[in-house]
Amino acid sequence: MSTNSVPIYLRKKATPLRLALKIVIWIVISLLALFVVFPFVWMVLTSFKTEKDVFALPAQLWPAHWSFAAYSDIWKELPFARLFLNSVIFAGGVTVISVLFDSFAAYALARLDFPGKNIAFYLVIATLMVPYQITLIPLFQELFDFHWLDSYQGLIVPRATSAFGIFLLRQFFVSIPRDLDSAARIDGAGEFRIYAQIMMPLAKPALATLAVFQFMNNWNDFLWPLVVTSSTDMRTIPAGLTLFGGQYVVDYAVLMAGATISLLPLAIAFFFAQRYFVQGIATTGIK
Amino acid sequence: MSQFAPPLARKTRHKRWQNPRSGLLFLAPSAIILVVFVGYPIVQSAWMSLHDWSYLQVTHQFIGLQNYIDLANDPRFWNALGNTAIFSVVTVPAQVVIGLLLAIRLSRSTWLSTFYRSVFFFPVISAFATMAIVWKFLLSPDIGPFAAWEHALGLPTVNILQSTAFALPAVIVVGLWKNVGFTMVILIAALQEVPESLNEAAALDGAGSWGRFRNVTLPAIRQPLLFATIIAVIASLQVFDQVYVMTAGGPLFHTETLVTYMYELGFQQYRSGYAAAVAWVLFILIMLVSVLQLRIFRYRDVD
Repeated sequence: MSTNSVPIYLRKKATPLRLALKIVIWIVISLLALFVVFPFVWMVLTSFKTEKDVFALPAQLWPAHWSFAAYSDIWKELPFARLFLNSVIFAGGVTVISVLFDSFAAYALARLDFPGKNIAFYLVIATLMVPYQITLIPLFQELFDFHWLDSYQGLIVPRATSAFGIFLLRQFFVSIPRDLDSAARIDGAGEFRIYAQIMMPLAKPALATLAVFQFMNNWNDFLWPLVVTSSTDMRTIPAGLTLFGGQYVVDYAVLMAGATISLLPLAIAFFFAQRYFVQGIATTGIK
Repeated sequence: MSQFAPPLARKTRHKRWQNPRSGLLFLAPSAIILVVFVGYPIVQSAWMSLHDWSYLQVTHQFIGLQNYIDLANDPRFWNALGNTAIFSVVTVPAQVVIGLLLAIRLSRSTWLSTFYRSVFFFPVISAFATMAIVWKFLLSPDIGPFAAWEHALGLPTVNILQSTAFALPAVIVVGLWKNVGFTMVILIAALQEVPESLNEAAALDGAGSWGRFRNVTLPAIRQPLLFATIIAVIASLQVFDQVYVMTAGGPLFHTETLVTYMYELGFQQYRSGYAAAVAWVLFILIMLVSVLQLRIFRYRDVD
């Protein structure tokens, strides 16, 4: 929307002082940017170092010898394939199921007329405001009672819907003109057909935004998998790497290789579909 | 809202629902999950906080407000509350101010701004716990570059994360590193909504760039700014990931926060009732601060 050129009324004479100030501002921004990317650069470069380079004195940023050993050792030193699989099942499972359920509920709240609708909507808004730490202790007890601790259903089912997702999709559905579903209704289409064949195709951008948001949050989540899982075989990548980092593995290159691999799916997705990541965050601001 | 509803339906609304069955069916999966895994645990956590409750025991003794009284006399709780307060008081203004400055500088769509926006946003998409491992190594005196630079500059090498003076500041800086991009993105979205005509009119009236910012831009983005602030407060009161990974609350509890203390009570000592009381204190704190902020901003509105 906004253009590159500065509007005429905002243009100022380019005095040397203004120019100097502008240069200083951009230098500060560049230094900050360097600070922000540095951990990522260091992480990737360290993952290619030999053990000798990792401990080199004085510390070297660039590996003296490029080594891919960490990327082959990681599968042996950690159950990394299992951690990766668990992350895929947990984040992927939560994303698919919650987007589906959220879109059901959002459709009902946006378009259908049924008893308890208003109360349901206010309850959804209310749960949006509750920090999830408050549910953590009783949830642990609940999952213990269900014998669901340390299992995929324990990880996924409590997250299989989100108040945020329902709210986001409801706002989107409300904005779709009613003429479309009215016409289909007159033609005798059932509610499920209207939902599946009219609303869902129109809602693709909102669904994609929600899916990216959910996948990112769960792929990166730490506290929830840390609480629900206890065996090495059920840990996700963040929880697994952290525990191994602290206790068993002191092979820095291997841990940095694990961190790099775990960042890769989101980094690639971010590179190609940045706007969905940004929209997910930006729409939280419109609440 | 109900343009499709026949006019009569309005008068007899409480009797005739247009989609009583399909509506409830569509809502059911989410409703069941929210009731069982969000609604019930909220109530249950209040109930647990009134008991001497351990999840390993079968029976739990009702002790009224004893857990809360114990908290009031628990120096570790006050220490965790104090650390959380310091963390928030430093983090929130820094995050909002830096986020706002970056947003103002980078809201235009030049290639340089777009590039820097992606850079500052990138930590938001990374796993904080994983990146906290990286930060822990970066700050380590054995392999970290910071120690090497200190050494090169002739400064004494400090083990930052083991230092009672520097551990909490380090945790704060790493938190800002992760979250400034989040605030920036919300505010850029807000800034791009400000109509150009407002700025133009103010400029024609002779307003300088500071005057335009103070009297045009700032009022126009007040709501998103308030929202970004509240989100930053809530997130900072819940600080956990980087503390757990980088310092585990140490050295000597100097970085222990409410949520790391709650985690230890609930999942390492299995004192569920006492941990639930900590969770409720956190909840009440978040509610109080949010309401207070809404109040303050609303009063400004009246001026």
